[in-house]
Amino acid sequence: MSDITKQTLSELVNNIKEKKLSSLEVTKAFIDRSEKSKELNTYITEDFSNALDKAKKFDDNPNLDLKLPGIPMAVKDLFCTANLRTTAGSKILNNFIPTYESTVTQNIWNEGAILIGKLNCDEFAMGSSNETSFFGNVQNPIDKNLVPGGSSGGSSSALAAQLTPITIGTDTGGSIRQPASFTGTVGLKPTYGSCSRYGIVAFASSLDQAGPMAQNVEDCALLQEVISSYDQKDSTSIDFKRNQYSKELTKDIKGKTIGIPKEYRVDGMPKEIDDLWQKGIEYAKDCGAEIIDISLPHTNYALPTYYIVAPAEASSNLARYDGVKYGFRADGENLIDMYEKTRSEGFGAEVQRRIMIGTYVLSSGYYDAYYLKAQKVRKLIKNDFDEAYKKVDAILTPSTPSSAFKIGEKTNDPVSMYLNDIFTVPVNLAGLPGISIPAGHDVKGYPLGLQIIGKAFDEQNILNIAYAMEEKINFKNKITDWWIK
Amino acid sequence: MSIDLKTIKHISKLSRISVDEKKAEKLASDLNSIFDFIEKLNELKTENVEPLTSVAETTLKLRPDEVKSKNLREQIIKNSPKDNEDYFVVPKVIE
Repeated sequence: MSDITKQTLSELVNNIKEKKLSSLEVTKAFIDRSEKSKELNTYITEDFSNALDKAKKFDDNPNLDLKLPGIPMAVKDLFCTANLRTTAGSKILNNFIPTYESTVTQNIWNEGAILIGKLNCDEFAMGSSNETSFFGNVQNPIDKNLVPGGSSGGSSSALAAQLTPITIGTDTGGSIRQPASFTGTVGLKPTYGSCSRYGIVAFASSLDQAGPMAQNVEDCALLQEVISSYDQKDSTSIDFKRNQYSKELTKDIKGKTIGIPKEYRVDGMPKEIDDLWQKGIEYAKDCGAEIIDISLPHTNYALPTYYIVAPAEASSNLARYDGVKYGFRADGENLIDMYEKTRSEGFGAEVQRRIMIGTYVLSSGYYDAYYLKAQKVRKLIKNDFDEAYKKVDAILTPSTPSSAFKIGEKTNDPVSMYLNDIFTVPVNLAGLPGISIPAGHDVKGYPLGLQIIGKAFDEQNILNIAYAMEEKINFKNKITDWWIK
Repeated sequence: MSIDLKTIKHISKLSRISVDEKKAEKLASDLNSIFDFIEKLNELKTENVEPLTSVAETTLKLRPDEVKSKNLREQIIKNSPKDNEDYFVVPKVIE
């Protein structure tokens, strides 16, 4: 089979189970294509030779009852992997080799998948374009010099370029859904508490969630089923009954009510985004869903709230990088000087900016005006969703206010970069699940995504709606392999 | 609201991130545009709103107080930039 890397996850799993393909053949195919795709800069750390050994071992003694039997997979470099360098895209963790494994990746290996490498991302997941990574920009396989989105930009790029059949990202304000939208792939941010945060490099702990990214909804559902688990090692992990998402997947969404929030029709939104949204509404109706206009009145306050809450938590989480226990150290004249130089040289500009914002809003005299205020507005934003969900089962919005932009286009203006996350951030603030599915192209031929937001713990419902709509949309990604010489 | 260079120096000290003049000026300008954007929250009256501290509306679970990970000394030291036997080494603090 010459076109192994073009197969979906479920096709690969079936072919391995039916012994039409070996794990070694599949692993080799994705590694070969990754080798030819260095120009995309998707990998921070490759683990190819270990992966081939693991694939051989799997083939020698295959357990075909597993959900991901011998499937190769690269993951975002924010997940700690035992004995394999984990950098979070930062110079300060350039030489960090975890001695333990994140729960989410452990769940994946327990189902038979094989790690092939660690994927590029914005430094500490702070960014919307993968341009803040210490390891350089990532190219979007859709077009040269186009950003793949962020922060899970290496993940979205590698997935769309077929260097990995599925992958995982993390989403604090849109970092799975926005890159999925920019690359024509599917990305799910689960309910807060669904996937363990243990072993994931922390950014903003009340918002961070890991989630699956895949070529289609079915593969995404299967991966969500694997990674979601209750974990005692994460104090905010929630013990609820998790579905067998892929087995329970259905296109029958007749009678489901889907809300259209009028506040998401923002000023200056390109007409093609509005048109895409209208098309999405028609597709949902064709699937038998009932469309209801709703209001989420505090939508406009979500981004300012996020840019207090997330940096505040980040400034606290990133205090641990002091050049003492692990990571990079710069020499200093005394202890304080060592700390200050280590952090000044070890962190990039965006991370420093956010630590400064966070430190300021938490500092004496400003806490009530900023942090407490933001927590109160966060409550109002969550109340909006609670109110809306009395009337509807799910909410449909665009995933992003534009298609992917050029590398360098927004790097000098932090606020315009932050506006990218206008449709995704409210979902994190309210702790809800949201999925982005590819739904069309703009005039340049770049993919555009639609987002379906669910009630807490209702991943199955939004996966079902996405599954039904995916069939109607019948999206085809336009990838020309321009980077392969 | 305006964040001046003196404030930047103060935050940089609290953050343990050294900044030179050039970096301080850039940070002041960036932070001012970000805080202009954040000021929007002042449009809302929130006196009677309870702050949301966690979206996970569960009480923390209790567990038996048992040691589960043992003998991690080597693992903990493994990634340190500088160590000596079982200790992290830092610049001299006491004269």
